[in-house]
Amino acid sequence: MLAALSLLLLCQLIGEVLVRWLALPVPGPVAGMLLLFLILLLRDGPDEELRTTSQNLLKHLSLLFVPAGTGIVLHLNRVGDEWLALLLSLLLSTVLTLAVTAGVMQLCQRLTRKDAA
Amino acid sequence: MTPPIGEIWVYLSASPLLGLTITLLAYQAAHALYLRSGQHPLANPVLIAVAILAGLLGLTGTSYETYFDGAQFVHFLLGPATVALAVPLYTQFRRVRSMLLPISAGLLAGSTTAIVSAVLIARLFDASTATQASLAPKSVTTPIAMGIAERIGGLPSLTAVLVIFTGVLGAIIGGKVFALIRIDDPAIRGFSLGVASHGIGTARAFQINEQMGAFAALAMGLNGLLTALLLPGIADWLLK
Repeated sequence: MLAALSLLLLCQLIGEVLVRWLALPVPGPVAGMLLLFLILLLRDGPDEELRTTSQNLLKHLSLLFVPAGTGIVLHLNRVGDEWLALLLSLLLSTVLTLAVTAGVMQLCQRLTRKDAA
Repeated sequence: MTPPIGEIWVYLSASPLLGLTITLLAYQAAHALYLRSGQHPLANPVLIAVAILAGLLGLTGTSYETYFDGAQFVHFLLGPATVALAVPLYTQFRRVRSMLLPISAGLLAGSTTAIVSAVLIARLFDASTATQASLAPKSVTTPIAMGIAERIGGLPSLTAVLVIFTGVLGAIIGGKVFALIRIDDPAIRGFSLGVASHGIGTARAFQINEQMGAFAALAMGLNGLLTALLLPGIADWLLK
């Protein structure tokens, strides 16, 4: 577990350094994810240890969002004033985004399948 | 002699131990509730845990800064967990490669829809410009969204909250939306969840199956990238 955790942190660290050095608009962890992905391609996949460690970390991914979400206590006034705009914007925009993304993908897949046939 | 309870509270409120412990306990309670409900999307564990913690902070008069001193250790793990998403991504790589066109088109359409619709709907209901700017990056993962919000005149800490609630909403209504427009492919379902609701959509997708989770993780990364490139450029034009 230690070796796998070190690899994850090392990728994140290199990611953070690269992002700052090259002034990329991506956060360090996402650059780290791409880096680890390249490593996996070169090494023909993760070993057992990395597989279990990342599975354990991702099993409770939701937990990791709780501290930031609790930050709502800092914005109770604004949320109280603009709750209708916020609620409708979040709700409708999320429904639209889900439907548009899925719809466009389905359409593309049908079109490409027809091309292949 | 036992010290008065007030003294113990003074110790606890100055130490990160309490913030960390209640975060884990609140999440476990929320997760147990989620399991008991048969993983009903409305019983979203993030939503319930946040409600419990916000209530506790309010009742005890504890500031968010004090709480975060402890909770930051959990928050920190978001970084390595994001890196770890490379593993499921790798296992689904062949399927991803065969879907390059639908993925690119879906990403572009979904990313633009997320930004433009959030801002326009908020403006329609008279939200302030700062609120509109805080809403614009709401579909991308927290660290990227906060960075973008700062650049375009939003409030980063408000954006963090809006991002979480977008994630929770997507996790709650995703299944209903897909059923309504008859999308069955787990790859498309997962990818759309990742575009619309980043890591929390991804967490929900992993609970359904690994392929869906991997596609959600891919979408989350790509949409973070695209939004970071796209939004600062169109913010001046979009935000009025």
